[in-house]
Amino acid sequence: MDWMKIVAAMALIMFIVYLFPRSREMIKNSPKGSSSDWMGFVIPIVVILLFITFLIQLV
Amino acid sequence: MNQNYTTATQKSASALATNKVLRNTYMLLSMTLLFSGLTAAISVALSMPPMTYLISVIGGMVIAMFVLPRFANSPVGIGIVFLVTGMLGFGLGPMLSAYASLPNGGNIIMLALGGTGTIFLGLSAYVLTTRKDFSFMGGFLMVGMMLVIIAALANIFLAIPAMSLMISVVVIMIMSGFILYDTSRIINGGETNYVMATIGLYLTIFNIFISLLQILGIMGGDD
Repeated sequence: MDWMKIVAAMALIMFIVYLFPRSREMIKNSPKGSSSDWMGFVIPIVVILLFITFLIQLV
Repeated sequence: MNQNYTTATQKSASALATNKVLRNTYMLLSMTLLFSGLTAAISVALSMPPMTYLISVIGGMVIAMFVLPRFANSPVGIGIVFLVTGMLGFGLGPMLSAYASLPNGGNIIMLALGGTGTIFLGLSAYVLTTRKDFSFMGGFLMVGMMLVIIAALANIFLAIPAMSLMISVVVIMIMSGFILYDTSRIINGGETNYVMATIGLYLTIFNIFISLLQILGIMGGDD
């Protein structure tokens, strides 16, 4: 239904407007991570991607 | 000596407060997940129309963004968390009914549910055991989320299945990042309000479940 698309789009725009100032503030105030910090994020994400691939094989 | 004793006492009190926030967060989170499972079951039983999802999600998000922060420090906040999670669970009903009607729909739903649980428990265990500080990821995650919302907005009108699949994968990656970020904030004392911590973690679980459902639905070849 077209009206549902319009309502969904309006909700997402509202969400962007709400999040934009918070995002700017978080970008300014976030501490910088070292390469080992980022590896601590990248490794579990790679594991999750492999896990999703495994789930797809099960469908 | 007296100063050392005071410092040790302060550290101990801080650790106890952190453990209390963590315990309360997981307790409230498990109760809200059960409650939203119940409301989802009611929604399926009532065969709610597809628009229920949109109305429930928008209503739930508006309450979570604008009403909940005002009551987060009072007992009313717990009631509002149940209201939001109940609404979001109720909104899942039509989606679950649609997937359940597919030939392997039951399998897809159970895999998405199990997959979501595994991702959440795995990431939580990872942060709790390593006790790493993921506060550096805040800006990155917010930018990622903004980009995903813009892509989702475009795809409402473009309706490209490959883009929808890509968005779902990226949402899972970002929400996984938020699990690491939120959990590390709790254990490092950055989040002291368990009501806000619960709603944050609930939303990550909710988004991972929906995205996983979409990925498995599309890749299952029956969507």
